[in-house]
Amino acid sequence: MLKMKSSTLRSLAQTILLLFWSAMAVWASEPKGSSSHGTNIFSPASTAAKSIAGLSVFVLVITGIIFVVVFGLLVYSLVKFRARAMDAGREPAQVYGSTQIELAWTIIPILIVVVLFLATARVIHAIQDAPEPPGAVEVTVIGHQYWWEYRYPKLGIVTANELHIPVSDPSHPTPTFLRLLSADTDHSFWVPELGGKTDLIPNHPNRMWIDPQRTGVFLGQCAQYCGVQHAKMLIRVSVDGPEDFGTWVRAQQQPAVKDASVAAGRRVFEGNACMNCHAVAGTPASGRFGPDLTHLMTRATIAAGAAQNTPENLRLWVQNPSAIKPGSLMPAMQLSDADLDAVVSYMETLR
Amino acid sequence: MSSNAITIPGVQIEQKPWVDTLHEWVTTVDHKRLGVLYILYALLFLVIAGVEALLIRIQLMFPHNHFVSPEVFNRLFTMHGTTMVFFMGMPILFGFANYLVPLMIGARDMAFPRLNAFSFWLSALGGFLFYFSLVGANGLYGAGNAPDVGWWAYAPLTARAFSPGHSTDYWALALLVSGFGSIGTAINIIATILCMRCPGMKLSRMPLLVWLNLVMAGMVLISVSPLSAAQIMLVIDRYLGGHFFDAQAGGSAVLWMHFFWIFGHPEVYILIIPCFAFMSEIIPVFSRKPIFGYPVMVAATVCIGFVSMSVWAHHMFSVGMNSYANSFFTLTTMAVGVPTGIKIFNWIGTMWGGRIQFKVPMLFCIAFLFQFLIAGLTGVMLGSAAFASQLTLSYFVVAHFHYTLVGGVVFGVFAAIYYWYPKITGRMLSETLGKWHFWLFVIGFHLTFDLMHFPGLLGMPRRIYTYEPGRGWDTLNLLVSIGAFIQAIAIVIFVANLVVSYFKGARAGNDPWDAWTLEWSISSPPPAYNFATVPTVASRRPLWDLKHPEDPDSRYE
Repeated sequence: MLKMKSSTLRSLAQTILLLFWSAMAVWASEPKGSSSHGTNIFSPASTAAKSIAGLSVFVLVITGIIFVVVFGLLVYSLVKFRARAMDAGREPAQVYGSTQIELAWTIIPILIVVVLFLATARVIHAIQDAPEPPGAVEVTVIGHQYWWEYRYPKLGIVTANELHIPVSDPSHPTPTFLRLLSADTDHSFWVPELGGKTDLIPNHPNRMWIDPQRTGVFLGQCAQYCGVQHAKMLIRVSVDGPEDFGTWVRAQQQPAVKDASVAAGRRVFEGNACMNCHAVAGTPASGRFGPDLTHLMTRATIAAGAAQNTPENLRLWVQNPSAIKPGSLMPAMQLSDADLDAVVSYMETLR
Repeated sequence: MSSNAITIPGVQIEQKPWVDTLHEWVTTVDHKRLGVLYILYALLFLVIAGVEALLIRIQLMFPHNHFVSPEVFNRLFTMHGTTMVFFMGMPILFGFANYLVPLMIGARDMAFPRLNAFSFWLSALGGFLFYFSLVGANGLYGAGNAPDVGWWAYAPLTARAFSPGHSTDYWALALLVSGFGSIGTAINIIATILCMRCPGMKLSRMPLLVWLNLVMAGMVLISVSPLSAAQIMLVIDRYLGGHFFDAQAGGSAVLWMHFFWIFGHPEVYILIIPCFAFMSEIIPVFSRKPIFGYPVMVAATVCIGFVSMSVWAHHMFSVGMNSYANSFFTLTTMAVGVPTGIKIFNWIGTMWGGRIQFKVPMLFCIAFLFQFLIAGLTGVMLGSAAFASQLTLSYFVVAHFHYTLVGGVVFGVFAAIYYWYPKITGRMLSETLGKWHFWLFVIGFHLTFDLMHFPGLLGMPRRIYTYEPGRGWDTLNLLVSIGAFIQAIAIVIFVANLVVSYFKGARAGNDPWDAWTLEWSISSPPPAYNFATVPTVASRRPLWDLKHPEDPDSRYE
């Protein structure tokens, strides 16, 4: 009996959830490829995001009921008790209060608060205090002024801006645990469909985990104001199937491709300040101030998602980063056209 | 032609030279003049910060818009937020407290008139110092002019490594100086209420406006002090090699967040409680009934005052506190909803069975009730730490606090201006212009701030100068911006109403609304000494007792 009741309640909740999602989806609808996801918090794809979305709908329903009741009372009293021409000059009965009524509208809200608090505390505990299973992927996320550094300590991979993680099958979960650090100011890692946001604060390591249950690219961006280019500090999380993830890991573990045909560009790269900030594995370039470029061409975007990774954009970016992202900390390198072409063709070989 | 001068044939009326008038206003210690100065100063900043908001909204009308540069955009939202909270919100509410509290308790001035003037001029100095940064903040590095660190100025963005030049110094010093002004005024309000009440004005007979301002002033004392301390620490960090917030040297960025929000959250209530006070005076008069549940209203306010001191970390649900801290602040935050809810119910109880007159001040009160209800409910959503981990730092939270601060505070202030303008100037504001102002502002407000919740649910973070197309944010942002312009038109009508009615408005008389508190027993505008003879009161509604000798309130006490 009780079980049936709870299942009815659950299906009711699911119906409401579905209605809400579809309403939100109308706004969020966009022509997009089948593998790309939006940034809608009511379209969750991981355990944490799903339990938050479920709680959110519960809170929305309760607050919605309160709204309808109070709104109704307010409208009723405005209409019913409006001044009319016939009562000119007469004052209504002077009523000063009522202890019973005051008690009622104190106790009922207290009960509602207790319910909402317990529902929330349960979700907080389930998300924040979840233990890390042995098979989990570990990634250290380091926020920099206007880009993201991703380090996979167990796998020996360093990359930037585009996070690759395996899809997690609920029967054999392979969650990803993120250790969140900052190299400079405060940032916040927010991919709405994968979970709530967590800040990256210098000298204050944080932790969060995500276990996406759909493959594809999930979008997000920095949510904590971090400086001039806070707006163009975008996140792309590529959730890969197990084989794809394995392929990606093996490719990323290789040192940089050495292509003799672009030796001139490599000389430009290593003879200028480029290598002070950027690393290319297997070469003397080992800077850490900017993104690791070892496998630059495996990324779909440059400048933390500000532009597509095309040869033209890459050239423009090296020539004058401010044209794409004003306030970016990368300086314009003032290269000659020949050097510029050479260094861009070198970068295009970094697969 | 000066219409209030008595014209006698053959007698030349001596006009006071304007220099003398100006000198009188600058050197005044009269609580009414200081109140008016506070209000005018705040309205000036309302217009300035409003223009900043319009520039922000133009930039966000379209994705990848190039109306302003990212640097300018960041300065705009920093200036808009700081100005609205510190140089518009607090001063205008202090202005009303200054003007009304002595009149309502039958006093001839504030307890410390010269401290009062000092506090006003400190606050004014803070505001002008803040805007002087536009000229003076180009430091040695030539970087920046207006502050661009956001109104919370989170560390370590304020460290000299990330914020060279002097713009952040102007921000810190402006808030420090105006903070001292706020503390001075708070002390003054408390002393006035506790020591200057007329005979018969027991604590339990004070108008609710006075009670609520007492609570507000107490909260200012407690919460502005940590903010001032934090500003001093920030300046020490920047100039004396301190490391309080300098994470590179082992300081704590999270410490700044705690300092800021232990001020920042009570601040929200410091702004809204005086507006609750306006509601509690205006709604009864236009419903023709006394406030419902006076003792409960007082208790709820005191309760809000205390509980709101323990909710600050709900601004930090994304900071990475442990699950127990997140649960605790969820509970306290939701608990504040209870006394706040009680207030809304009591206002409805006041209207229940009344004869509601839809004059302009009441219209603003009704809109306040609807909007504050919604703001409170979105506040409950943001109070749920798990839900908030999605909502915080997004446009949803921007919509929520604008619902509170515009839908609540600004509407409350408009209600107060329409209600007390006749007392302050002796002239009525135009009802026609007032209704235009009201309806346009309501439409613009809802177009802007109702729709602003949705980009947040769709993943749009706050404080971004531009955004990617195709995420469902484009149309919403365009409509939000259009709403902002409708509000701007309403504000133009409002300012026009203030100016035109000052010269051409109908004469108000002592008591245009048939109200019940002491300020309506004297002429409009009140004489410098307020009360020729200090009044004696026997109930909460002394003027009701006078008007209804057959059925006075004092009979029921």
